[in-house]
Amino acid sequence: MPVMTFLEAIRQGIWEEMERDPSVFLLGEDIGAYGGAFKVSAGMLEKFGEDRVIDTPISESAIVGAAVGAALAGMRPVAEMQFMDFITCGFDQIVNVAAKIHYRWGPAVPMVVRGPSGAGVHGGPYHSQSNEMWFVHTPGLKVVVPATAYDAKGLIKSSIRDDNPVIFFEHKLLYRRIKEDVPEEDYVVPLGKARIAREGTDIAVITYGAMVWTALEAAEALAKEGISLEVVDLRTLLPYDEQAVLESVRKCNKVILLHEDTRTGGMAGELAALIASQAFEDLDGPIVRVTSPDTPVPFSPPLEEFFLPNAQKVAEAARKLAAY
Amino acid sequence: MPTNVVMPQMGESIAEGTVTRWMKKVGERVERDEPLFEISTDKVDAEIPSPAAGVLAKILVQENETVAVNTVVAVIDGEGAAVAAPAPAEAGRDDIKAEAPKAAAFAETPRRAVLAPAREPGEKVRSSPLVRRIAREHNVDLAQVAGTGLGGRISKKDIYAYLEHAPQTSGASPAPAAAPAVTMPAQAPARAPVAKKMVFTGPTNVVPMTPMRNQIAEHMLASRRTSAHVSTVFEVELTRVYNLRAQQAAEFERRNGLKLSYTPFFVRAAVEAIKEFPIVNSSVDGTNIVYKRDVNIGVAVALETGLIVPVIKNADEKNFLGIARAVQDLAERARSKRLSVEDVERGTFTITNPGIFGSLFGTPIIHQPQVAILGVGTIEKRPVVRDDAIAIRPMVYLMLSFDHRIIDGAVADQFMAAIKSHLENWEEPVL
Repeated sequence: MPVMTFLEAIRQGIWEEMERDPSVFLLGEDIGAYGGAFKVSAGMLEKFGEDRVIDTPISESAIVGAAVGAALAGMRPVAEMQFMDFITCGFDQIVNVAAKIHYRWGPAVPMVVRGPSGAGVHGGPYHSQSNEMWFVHTPGLKVVVPATAYDAKGLIKSSIRDDNPVIFFEHKLLYRRIKEDVPEEDYVVPLGKARIAREGTDIAVITYGAMVWTALEAAEALAKEGISLEVVDLRTLLPYDEQAVLESVRKCNKVILLHEDTRTGGMAGELAALIASQAFEDLDGPIVRVTSPDTPVPFSPPLEEFFLPNAQKVAEAARKLAAY
Repeated sequence: MPTNVVMPQMGESIAEGTVTRWMKKVGERVERDEPLFEISTDKVDAEIPSPAAGVLAKILVQENETVAVNTVVAVIDGEGAAVAAPAPAEAGRDDIKAEAPKAAAFAETPRRAVLAPAREPGEKVRSSPLVRRIAREHNVDLAQVAGTGLGGRISKKDIYAYLEHAPQTSGASPAPAAAPAVTMPAQAPARAPVAKKMVFTGPTNVVPMTPMRNQIAEHMLASRRTSAHVSTVFEVELTRVYNLRAQQAAEFERRNGLKLSYTPFFVRAAVEAIKEFPIVNSSVDGTNIVYKRDVNIGVAVALETGLIVPVIKNADEKNFLGIARAVQDLAERARSKRLSVEDVERGTFTITNPGIFGSLFGTPIIHQPQVAILGVGTIEKRPVVRDDAIAIRPMVYLMLSFDHRIIDGAVADQFMAAIKSHLENWEEPVL
């Protein structure tokens, strides 16, 4: 199996789907000749031609709107947001149009809106957000956040094949830092299924995206202290894998909910409600959240570092919870 | 100048103490170093002398109350001083104390250490939803479960540990005689045997255990769980020792100011036998046997309130008189509550003497982390067979409870034979 980066895995997944299905096409800003701001579509213009790799004006509303129209006409568009922060300009087309069409009058809207999100690269408040929850709160969408290169490829392929609008968040910190063995052949990772990233017995850490790696780092450190963390990688946030979450909580009886997104209204709150209602009598301690505080992502590097959850913060929370 | 009297720290591991008795009343005069109050802690009971001379101005901790070490328990006003105006905050506290009726002291529940096996009735039990569910499923009274979590909270680990060690109710569900053998109530799930708290329902008086009683209770159960107890009994003739005492007791007392009791003979005999069988003077640490280089013999002393085991340090380096003196000193100080924590620590072997109450022999429980304990039965003249004739001899039963994990019966019996031989052939001069 070739070793490839997280970014290359996504690129290969899209490439394979374009080869497999002629209705798949790409649209976005500078994705053609330039190959995309992060080079996810590098070489695709040459391979698939300008009818299937379309450079657009700087108008997210137009990009998403065009994708919705194409999907309704039987195509499978994959729209790139140069940064997921800018998805706001296409927000109405996503939440009021793409997400509701099937419920309102029946047809499927098989489209993907994908792009880089997340902080940790000193990008400042407009290039660092984890804004997945805006869409997790929109019925009619699916929301996918991969953590590994293997999953990134398998999930982008599943997303393209899915008949619902899928918002696909790629953590930019992982693009070139994560390198893994990824099969070259065709495989998919199902949407809505979580993955146990590490088995453990004492505390379940439920997380997704880049924080999976943070949780694994904390788990490694705590193993030396005799505290065993189980790490659950949700992979899909909408619909999320309730069964996997509950199973892990019932096994460990203590739980930390970890995300890079800010605290209030974050995924952790939703998971906490699920756990409290479905697994209350399995809890041996309070449900603990480790998240960013409720502020925009700071530009100052030291402040950004302070803002983001890291392995030390997770370990500290886990030690307290273990002793509870 | 007022002097604060605090709950003293009676040893490194001791975090709190119970005031058991005030020997002075508020307004009474007390001299420096005059006994002021008695306390009871996990390890020792003690009389606490006054740190200053003056008038006992305030008692802040009533009898049977338990407080952390260094808590101010009383205030003494200095030489000749009128009772100083109390600080406002303390005055408030005083008022509250004054309202507490004296009679409540009996029923008052002293606060207990976090690791106490059980809580007082009515004390809030902190646990978790999971623990409460497990308790419900296994019919466990959570007040009986020790909590090791934050603030004494019962965690999953604690209740599982409790279930593991809880006494299994044997024969709790006798088969109903008339019921056909095949019927099983549909809702009876296969579960671990239930640990049910048995409660007497008639009229009772409930008295909280003293900290010492509580500690003894825990230590005894812990020892039973820890060691593989086996006991062996030897009959020993004490003619030589008996005659020696008859002839020399008066002179011994005249010279040393000490009564010549039997105990130092048994201590000496045990020390000599330990030299021959050092495993009796060891401990078990996991899969290691820890041989102690010191021979420190604990001698159990029965008190009105319980039992304490002061220790004769380096008994193997003392002659007969040294041991006799140590026995006398420790026993006296145990009875007058003047033992220090140091006096009861680092024992390596223990001798207990149920014989003083008439017991022939018993099966003592090992004083952890030791591995053996010698019991001495009552000494009395008994008919015995000597040279095919019935003779009258002073006899005693000696018993040894030993930890069969590391001491086999053969070793234990050889150890006892050595003690028997030493006593029956006593040669050491006592004067």
